[in-house]
Amino acid sequence: MKRKLASMILFAMLASLFVFPPAAAAQPAQKNVILATTTSTQDSGLLDVLIPLFEKKTGYFMKTIAVGSGQAMAMGAKGEADVLLVHSQTAEKKFMADGNGVERRLVMHNDYIILGPPADPAKIKGMKKASEAFKKIAASGSVFTSRGDNSGTHAKEKDIWKAAGVKYEGEKWYQQTGLGMGQTLAVAAEKKTYVLADRGTYLALKKGLGLDILVEGDGILLNIYHVIEVNPKKWPKVNFAGGKAFADFMVSKETQAIIKTFGIEKFGSPLFFPDAGKKEEALGL
Amino acid sequence: MDIILEGIRQAFILLVTFDPEVLGITWFSLKVSGTATFISLFFGMSVGTVVALTQFPGRRFVVSLINTGMALPPVVVGLFVTIFLWRNGPLGFLEILYTPAAMILAQAIIATPIVTGISLASMQQLPKKLRLQILALGATRLQMVRILIREARLPLLAAVMAGFGGVISEVGASIMVGGNIKGYTRVLTTATVMETSRGNFDIAIALGIILLLFAYAINLVLTYVQQRERPR
Repeated sequence: MKRKLASMILFAMLASLFVFPPAAAAQPAQKNVILATTTSTQDSGLLDVLIPLFEKKTGYFMKTIAVGSGQAMAMGAKGEADVLLVHSQTAEKKFMADGNGVERRLVMHNDYIILGPPADPAKIKGMKKASEAFKKIAASGSVFTSRGDNSGTHAKEKDIWKAAGVKYEGEKWYQQTGLGMGQTLAVAAEKKTYVLADRGTYLALKKGLGLDILVEGDGILLNIYHVIEVNPKKWPKVNFAGGKAFADFMVSKETQAIIKTFGIEKFGSPLFFPDAGKKEEALGL
Repeated sequence: MDIILEGIRQAFILLVTFDPEVLGITWFSLKVSGTATFISLFFGMSVGTVVALTQFPGRRFVVSLINTGMALPPVVVGLFVTIFLWRNGPLGFLEILYTPAAMILAQAIIATPIVTGISLASMQQLPKKLRLQILALGATRLQMVRILIREARLPLLAAVMAGFGGVISEVGASIMVGGNIKGYTRVLTTATVMETSRGNFDIAIALGIILLLFAYAINLVLTYVQQRERPR
């Protein structure tokens, strides 16, 4: 009896080997498109809306790999992704200058906000300039929680520190989580510290977080998303046609209209503002 | 505390309504980890048995390697498997990165040392004289190994449970080599990580509960088999 049972389990396991749908093999290789993107586009739920549309329209199979912008670009620079949807200005420009990308097109933007506990120990509430606010945080020695993960948000934060001209690395009040935006917000909320976040993630998590928006609206706080096709001349295995199809899809009228209204229903305000075809300068950079 | 109750409520709702997405993810998790465990059983039990029953120079060193392998961090396995499977990596021609096959490969690598180590220990704990006795009764070497495996079946089932438990609960390798692609390579653990970072803590808890329930159900069956006959 016990042998029977044991062999039944063994059989079930063996059977599971064969019932596996050979999904990978059934698709021709060039049907697969690898999109390396930042976590915010996935965590906000935007890609859950857009990707099925794209797949239905074009017949490609999209493999969305949501990582920080830094890792997404590293994947692109190694030819391990076909198209990137990222938000890290300086790094993107370097990516293009190095010849890793074919075209870099503006897709949408939202903005970053400086959050902190309602008590606001550094007294930065309502300040107009993000860099001035950062200076005050540093001067007061209040704890600042950083992503510390080379993401687009982390890159932006470093830009602001640079503009503020403050030494922050290694300081006792400067703490790095090395985590995604959502988890970093949770840490900042738990420890009642200051933190830089993108508005989309904040809106999605706001409930029960206990962090207030203290500084917003400064030009440096713009969070701009670009789509970039990886250069097939550098990496012949890149699915350029698929990558370009996705980039075209992202800047198409139909997609831009979806981006415009995405999030209104759930959060009361849109999470992203469509910008396709605009010049970067028009956004106030 | 509210959030945990809400999570339990969510888990209940997802289960009784047969939520197709959660059901799909759960079934997929079981298939990936089940297949990986099965593969690891084949390699782990063979190697474990051979090392347990033979003497060779450097044997202790090999055993220490196997035992260290039991602590192999999934995320390190994931990193190496990813690098090997990259398009431009040494195994890029396979084109299996971000597919279920890659996840099975990574999980099998994680489970194999666990199964090997426990098989090794359970074969070794059989009395030495038993082997002599079996051989003296005229059994061939292969027959002897078969009898020994039968004798050690209880701890060997523990190897199955440990191997399966190790891979169904790991997240680091699965998310790296699978990519957490919706409807394709998303398993319970990677979905839990994603829902947590989305702030959907209740759904994350619900997924965690479902994972535990299934792990419990499978271990219950295995334990039942294992404990049917207590060793005298």
